[in-house]
Amino acid sequence: MLKKTHNLFRNSIREAILRCMKDDKNVILMGLGTDDPKGIFGTTKDINKVFPKRVFDLPTAENGFTGFAIGLALAGKKPIITHQRVEFSLLSIDQIFNQAAKWNYMTAGKKNVSMVIRLIIGKGWGQGPQHSQSLEAIFAHIPGLKVVCPSNPYNAKGLLISSIEDKNPVIFFEHRWLHETFGKVPKKKYRVAIGKGKILKKGKDITLICYSLTVLECLRASKILRYYGIEPEILDLQSLRPLDKNLIIKSAKKTKKVLIVDNGWSFYGISSEIMSLIHENIKSKELRIERIGVLDTSIPSTRALAKHVYPNQILIIKKVGNLLKKKFKNLKKFDDNDFYSDQPYKNFLGPF
Amino acid sequence: MKLIDNKTKIKLFYEMLRIREIENTIASNYKFQKMRCPIHLSIGQEAIAVGVCQNLKKNNKIVTAHRSHAHYFAKGGDLNSMIAELHGKETGCAMGKGGSMHLIDIDNGVEAAVPIVGSTIPIGTGLAWANKLNNSNDVVVIFFGDGATEEGAFFESLDFASLHNLQILFVCENNFYSVYTGIEKRQNKNRKITKIARALGIGSYHGNGNLVENIYSKTKKIIEKIKKEKRPYLLEYETYRHLEHCGPNNDDHLNYRDKKIIKFWQQNCPLKTYEKKLRKENILNDKILNKMINKIKEEIKKSFDFAEKSSFPKKQLTFKHNYA
Repeated sequence: MLKKTHNLFRNSIREAILRCMKDDKNVILMGLGTDDPKGIFGTTKDINKVFPKRVFDLPTAENGFTGFAIGLALAGKKPIITHQRVEFSLLSIDQIFNQAAKWNYMTAGKKNVSMVIRLIIGKGWGQGPQHSQSLEAIFAHIPGLKVVCPSNPYNAKGLLISSIEDKNPVIFFEHRWLHETFGKVPKKKYRVAIGKGKILKKGKDITLICYSLTVLECLRASKILRYYGIEPEILDLQSLRPLDKNLIIKSAKKTKKVLIVDNGWSFYGISSEIMSLIHENIKSKELRIERIGVLDTSIPSTRALAKHVYPNQILIIKKVGNLLKKKFKNLKKFDDNDFYSDQPYKNFLGPF
Repeated sequence: MKLIDNKTKIKLFYEMLRIREIENTIASNYKFQKMRCPIHLSIGQEAIAVGVCQNLKKNNKIVTAHRSHAHYFAKGGDLNSMIAELHGKETGCAMGKGGSMHLIDIDNGVEAAVPIVGSTIPIGTGLAWANKLNNSNDVVVIFFGDGATEEGAFFESLDFASLHNLQILFVCENNFYSVYTGIEKRQNKNRKITKIARALGIGSYHGNGNLVENIYSKTKKIIEKIKKEKRPYLLEYETYRHLEHCGPNNDDHLNYRDKKIIKFWQQNCPLKTYEKKLRKENILNDKILNKMINKIKEEIKKSFDFAEKSSFPKKQLTFKHNYA
């Protein structure tokens, strides 16, 4: 049983949508399966019963319906699109990159596209090459888009409310593994600002920069590191575009040791950008930065291989050890990678 | 079909003539290197834009594609801000950020023009969907070419428009070419655009796109039908561009189009044939024509002067407008 003050990540997504639909009759929820019995992993469940005229199941036409949403936005509506996996949005990249992202620019501000595209990132339990990709970097590359990545139920609700109220196209990444996590979530309407990161734990020895699911991994690693007497600072990016550059630089200046834990491929990834940012802004001989992320390969279905691909808390700790030039004894007792790369929690019996 | 009165006939002719004169001026001034953006001139294809748009009110929205000049002007798009846009000036309709391929005039219902083939079809469909959600009876017109009917976005949009009873007039201007690639290399000869529409439950009609009066009357009827039945409809009109795909010149020396067919379409130029018809009907004569031309030339000259005098956008505008 959850405490009354707490809620599941997936419920906080649902609450944000419900509240925004209640407050603004222009908000429209759309996507394949939005009103189906499972309601997109519970995130949209029964919203169609509350707002029957503003929830739309759609044909399997991702590029088309992203364009329809742009048209709606140009006419003053606020569409929220939901894709059950990130990969389906690739069919609509023309509408997202060429149209939505550039509309305000190419009309010199005469028209803007206010819309949210929810993209769900998969991982584990055999989902394989086309249901496990973390493609945040591609979207974060495009001027005109905003990209946010909540890591817990609190910032999920606050960031989604901010995204729906934003005047621009916002790409809202939800990690499938976070849907069943829980935490403190106020019932009231509140906002988490887009473009702002958050220090989740203060520390003096090293900064761990993370977002989305890797925040959870860093928090796990942090517990173990504290056992070994190391105090890491944990910086949850929350937004990838705009990026909270000041917060990153400030924390890196303080600790001088940084590990970036990328949720996606680190090659040409978010971590590459942050490394550059720090190097461009801090000139210190003491500065040391490393990164860790999904390895440079397509992601296999079998758990026997998938476990080699992802970062995990043990790898995070080992990297921290390298950076701080420390060795950790008996680290093996914390190694749970077989489970952590395949299941979000121990009694998960699949499928996703 | 109701007869078209003389006033309307003159208006149809004038609008086509005006577009032709503007396009010719853009073409002849292009060499001066002041309009430095790709242009897709509408010369030869004016009748569809004018025949359709003369049935629209100011608040009716249209969306179009790369060859959009005729649609922009036929719908009442502002001349000064269009010419300034081609010159890359701050007074342009998109402050020089869009160029010829992103013409916009919100006040006159020119909602969007983009060069990615077929991409405005779903956006126009979304505008019509918003009309339905707002209980508005307005019709949205979506202009596109034969190439766009090969895109998934075309099928996806027609399917949705049909499913949700959206009030859309889809207008396909079939000029047989996607850049240099002829339709026979892109579509099976038994594949008819009008049949695709019908297969998706949408009424359709195929006609000659160079006969402005026919297009005008047909569109009038179809718009009434769309409003009455609350259903989309597709018009496909065959037409021909006189000049190259992109640029101010003729490119027929490249031999990608049959000389006989080029000649046929030149003889069937929508403007020339209509001029002949109106002269025969004693609606048009040299005096009226010259008066029209003088008026248009004056207006064009002013617009080029306006563009010339306008400033280029300042550096800080580069970074503005990425976000609303």
